[in-house]
Amino acid sequence: MTAAATDPATPARQIGETLIDVDRLKVHFPILSGIFQRESGRVRAVDDISFEIRKGETLGLVGESGCGKSTTGRAVIRLRNPTAGTVRFDGHDLMDLSRGELRKMRRRMQIIFQDPYSSLNPRMTVGSIISEPLETHDLAAGKARIERVRELLALVGLNPNYTDRYPHEFSGGQRQRIGVARALAVEPEFIVCDEPISALDVSIQAQVLNLLVELREKFGLTYLFIAHDLSVVRHISDRVAVMYLGKLVELGPPSAIYDAPGHPYTRALLSAVPIPDPKAERRRKRVILTGDVPSPANPPDGCRFHPRCWLYERLGRPEQCRTEDPELRTVATDHRAACHFAEEALQSDIGVAHMATDKVRHGTPQSATAGLAAEHAAEASAAAAALDDSGTGSPNEPSAEV
Amino acid sequence: MPNRTEALEKPAVAVRRSASLWGDAWRRLIRNRLAVVGGVLVVTFFSLAILGPFIAPYEYQAQHLQEILANNNRPIAPFGSEFFLGTDNLGRDLLSRLLDGAQISMTVALVVQAVVLLIGLPIGAAAAWFGGRVDTYLMRFTDVIYAFPDLLFIILLSVAFRETFFGKAMNGLLLVFVAIGLTAWVGMARLVRGQLLSLKETEFVEAARAIGVSDFRIVTRHLLPNAMGPMIVAVTLGIPGAILAEATLAFIGIGAQAPRASWGSLVANGQPFLRSSPHLVIFPALAVATALISFTFLGDGLRDALDPKLKGKQ
Repeated sequence: MTAAATDPATPARQIGETLIDVDRLKVHFPILSGIFQRESGRVRAVDDISFEIRKGETLGLVGESGCGKSTTGRAVIRLRNPTAGTVRFDGHDLMDLSRGELRKMRRRMQIIFQDPYSSLNPRMTVGSIISEPLETHDLAAGKARIERVRELLALVGLNPNYTDRYPHEFSGGQRQRIGVARALAVEPEFIVCDEPISALDVSIQAQVLNLLVELREKFGLTYLFIAHDLSVVRHISDRVAVMYLGKLVELGPPSAIYDAPGHPYTRALLSAVPIPDPKAERRRKRVILTGDVPSPANPPDGCRFHPRCWLYERLGRPEQCRTEDPELRTVATDHRAACHFAEEALQSDIGVAHMATDKVRHGTPQSATAGLAAEHAAEASAAAAALDDSGTGSPNEPSAEV
Repeated sequence: MPNRTEALEKPAVAVRRSASLWGDAWRRLIRNRLAVVGGVLVVTFFSLAILGPFIAPYEYQAQHLQEILANNNRPIAPFGSEFFLGTDNLGRDLLSRLLDGAQISMTVALVVQAVVLLIGLPIGAAAAWFGGRVDTYLMRFTDVIYAFPDLLFIILLSVAFRETFFGKAMNGLLLVFVAIGLTAWVGMARLVRGQLLSLKETEFVEAARAIGVSDFRIVTRHLLPNAMGPMIVAVTLGIPGAILAEATLAFIGIGAQAPRASWGSLVANGQPFLRSSPHLVIFPALAVATALISFTFLGDGLRDALDPKLKGKQ
């Protein structure tokens, strides 16, 4: 997948000022019980998170199932009403908008769903699915609408003559393309991609991912890319956010998150990613988390990760971890982590793969050397581009490996 | 990387006519023999009910006293005379009375299910759409109705409203129909609520909300069309119950007033002659049984045809 796909840091893309500003967002779900439906507790699906997404940027959001990724994605475009906090879209507070204003705002932000089977209404034809947004926002009528639907189908790589077909006549990958076409119909600036490829066959995943990358270049889209596949997120994202139990634990450029994570949880996550290279796999240190993810209805005190944290054990169970909820703080340029002992975590080498130093070589020595040289050059330019994007760049750039 | 080839794979298929889910369901339905038999019988019953007054050999209340006297004042047996299914003890043609009864039974089928939809659909939909407290109260109310003994409730209603204009409408039948409907909507309300609750959470509804589609259009374009299948099945399978309930009531003397007779009261009237003239009980009972079975076959067939989980198994 990595080799086939377009380089995420194409210089053509411009990353501008903040488009979406999420401030202390909380989404709690009440647990109702008894015949009078009294609230007996609340699931803190998203608990006090803040981040921003810049214009033209792709922010990856990763975490285990149930950590609040999808809820965050939905709250950001106000498909769920947050319990507290604000989301500003291009300066407009989404919580303050009236119904009519919100409807207008919906044109600018869209969502692509995980399950290509439940995200399309089985009783509607592809044509009416894609023209529904056009109708709703009076974007085109009559012949122009039909033309626009055909254009959108072609744009996502489907046959424009398929307008009279029903969703069940398509494969998973094709259905996902229909979902993309529906999202694009209103010409949005921002799209929440809620695990858009997790439900697809591996052979189709790269195709849909490439389509999303292509569309991003073409229309200058901003993505919030939610996934649990770390390698996919690394590939597509300009910055990556890691969530654990409703909290943001780390936020930074992929180079930092993947090569020098500052949160013990991120390191544990990386440990779980298999490396397709037995030598590197054998050499790297891994931590296996024990126990289950605690219930978000009753999260642990202090740092939410401390009951499962390997660093907490290694540091001799410091009290601070049990009593004080760590703030997301800057540990390096453009790199934030929510750990009291992020410095210790940064210095560890747990979970990180040292692939680049140990490439498997094929073919004649000459061709292998030539290939490696070309790769190094590409990596250097990518690193340079990343430096441009993130200002001065962090000390944790992959340059160490080159 | 074959990025855009999916669409071009099978150009020949583009010519094929696209199959809607309704079209698929229809094809599965007509492949189901029992369902077709049920459907044909249902259509026949409705046609007989509509055409009854025109094709009946006699008026349903006309007494043929001469013929009865000639028969020693006893009911005339079937197949032997000008009365194809014989007559009752008062000399009334049984075939004509059955045809008139068909009208009552088919009206029951329609009116009761209309009442069921009229009450059950909005209550179930409101409970699902608004949720929370509205849901709790509506569903507890539904439970109360469900717990109430049906027959007792219908008898109470019939007695209480007998003398009103409403009680006299349609020869006293409307009251019975509505009373049956008032006890039967509970299942529909629960079904609609369950359907809409699960549909409300689907991603295509969320997609519609993300687009900014209005609530009304979400309900009419996304929720209801998808809940339609199970509702059609429930309505069809509810009809035999309604016909049976009406027949039961008629048997104990509630509903159609003499000289009109529904199938249930025909059975009741024929009962004293069960030994000497069994045809007076057999034919109306056969009519009830055939109607029940045909609606049940059709309902079962519809369920198999509309249930997406069974799709591809046949």
